[in-house]
Amino acid sequence: MEGNIAWVLISTALVLFMTPGLAFFYGGMVRSKNFLAMLMQNFFAIGLLAVVWTVVGYSLAFGSAGDGGWIGNLDFLGMKDVGLGDGTVLPPILFATFQMTFAIITPALITGATADRLKFAGYAVLIGVWSILVYSPVAHWAFAGGWVAEMGALDFAGGLVVHINAGAAAIAVLLVIGARKGHGKEPMPPHALPWTLMGTGILWFGWFGFNAGSALAADGIAAQALFNTLVAPAAAMLGWLIVEKVKGKHVTTLGAASGAVAGMVAITPCAGFVGSMAAVIIGFAAGIICYLALFIKEAAKLDDALDVIAVHLVGGIFGSVALGLFADASINGIVEHEGLFLGGGADLLIDQIVASVAVFAFSLIVTYVIAKAIDATMGLRVDEETEQVGLDQVLHAETAYNNL
Amino acid sequence: MKIITAVIKPFRLDEVKEALKGAGVAGITVTEVQGFGRQAGHTEVYRGTEYQVDFVPKVRLELIVDEADVDRLVEVITNAARTGKIGDGKIWVTEAERLIRIRTGEQGHDAI
Repeated sequence: MEGNIAWVLISTALVLFMTPGLAFFYGGMVRSKNFLAMLMQNFFAIGLLAVVWTVVGYSLAFGSAGDGGWIGNLDFLGMKDVGLGDGTVLPPILFATFQMTFAIITPALITGATADRLKFAGYAVLIGVWSILVYSPVAHWAFAGGWVAEMGALDFAGGLVVHINAGAAAIAVLLVIGARKGHGKEPMPPHALPWTLMGTGILWFGWFGFNAGSALAADGIAAQALFNTLVAPAAAMLGWLIVEKVKGKHVTTLGAASGAVAGMVAITPCAGFVGSMAAVIIGFAAGIICYLALFIKEAAKLDDALDVIAVHLVGGIFGSVALGLFADASINGIVEHEGLFLGGGADLLIDQIVASVAVFAFSLIVTYVIAKAIDATMGLRVDEETEQVGLDQVLHAETAYNNL
Repeated sequence: MKIITAVIKPFRLDEVKEALKGAGVAGITVTEVQGFGRQAGHTEVYRGTEYQVDFVPKVRLELIVDEADVDRLVEVITNAARTGKIGDGKIWVTEAERLIRIRTGEQGHDAI
């Protein structure tokens, strides 16, 4: 048990490091006048959501665990009765902290879609309320033995809870706030891709904690999840770059970064449930599929600034559904129905599809109501002049780059 | 006194600088600039979306010289900056009314 505790302690720190990584992954892609605002939205997610999780979020997610229900209870409000354990189990306070890091990064993922135009106060209220009304329930469904888990659907580390959930929320917020000023008319290329590549490296490093830590033990399943978290993003990078080369003329650094992240997303629900070659196939396919999914935002007329739909929503759905094809009982004994390709029939595949659709619909609808309410009261989007001048200067009285 | 202004390809700057030093020029001022001429811009591709970049990066260098040196130095710059391909840039010469060295207060020819 000491080994298990040590690994989850380390994993918690690894997952927390992903949020600053995400900040730089996104920050390099925005225009320089909004670089600090992007970093701030992500760093602030740590500040706010750690407290929200402690006070109420954890209880709503993990209270009454295993009830097959829709939401937890209030037993653990303010970490009441969340103890240190007796040395024979993972300390409950450690599990709550590990899960806290997931609760922090999930709403932060939305900021890629809404880049360059969110009012800070509106954003703060949005992610705080979202964490309580959307994240905690969905975490309960899939991570705490709620109805999704009871139905038989699987989510190793957050394909449903993190990626589909955040991706659907991104669409809802985009429907409320609309496109960036000048979108489609003036070019808005990334201001400094080296930050994006550095962020990708940090995300990948942290993702070992996210996926292998989700085994909640220092065991073989954790090792397989770790392996899969290295090899699936690698294969996804290849997949993305190949399509990019075939469709255009160049392989790009942003393509390498995007492909790798698409692979990290897709392998998240599968990490401790699938074998080594399945991870390669899932990753490679995710790289291709997520690249092709870039067209969705044009078709849907959504200004998804940094492609949260293509990478997180589509990557999350693909990974969750692919688990219905590749889940392997020889990797993880929790797998009752193996995937379709392993001769387990379509049972798990159907459960995975139902769970994906349910999370998508719930998050889309509830987030839309939250965003609409914030927009109608305190406002969710900055005024035109602020957007023109840049969020850094107007909202934060700082600029990222100062020459002279 | 004349001002020679040249807009050249950035990667020719070292050649031009060395050539001017060799020709006895005492100082030049260099700025990074962007613009367009006959050379079209280029396209950049981010996640499959192409962006047309109209302004091409160039280097502008300026030097103040005696009228007698103008033709010789223009030729030095031309030879060092030329690649023969489109986008090599332009040189123009204008009049400098006064010149003052700030440290000493020297004026005109003495300040060159």
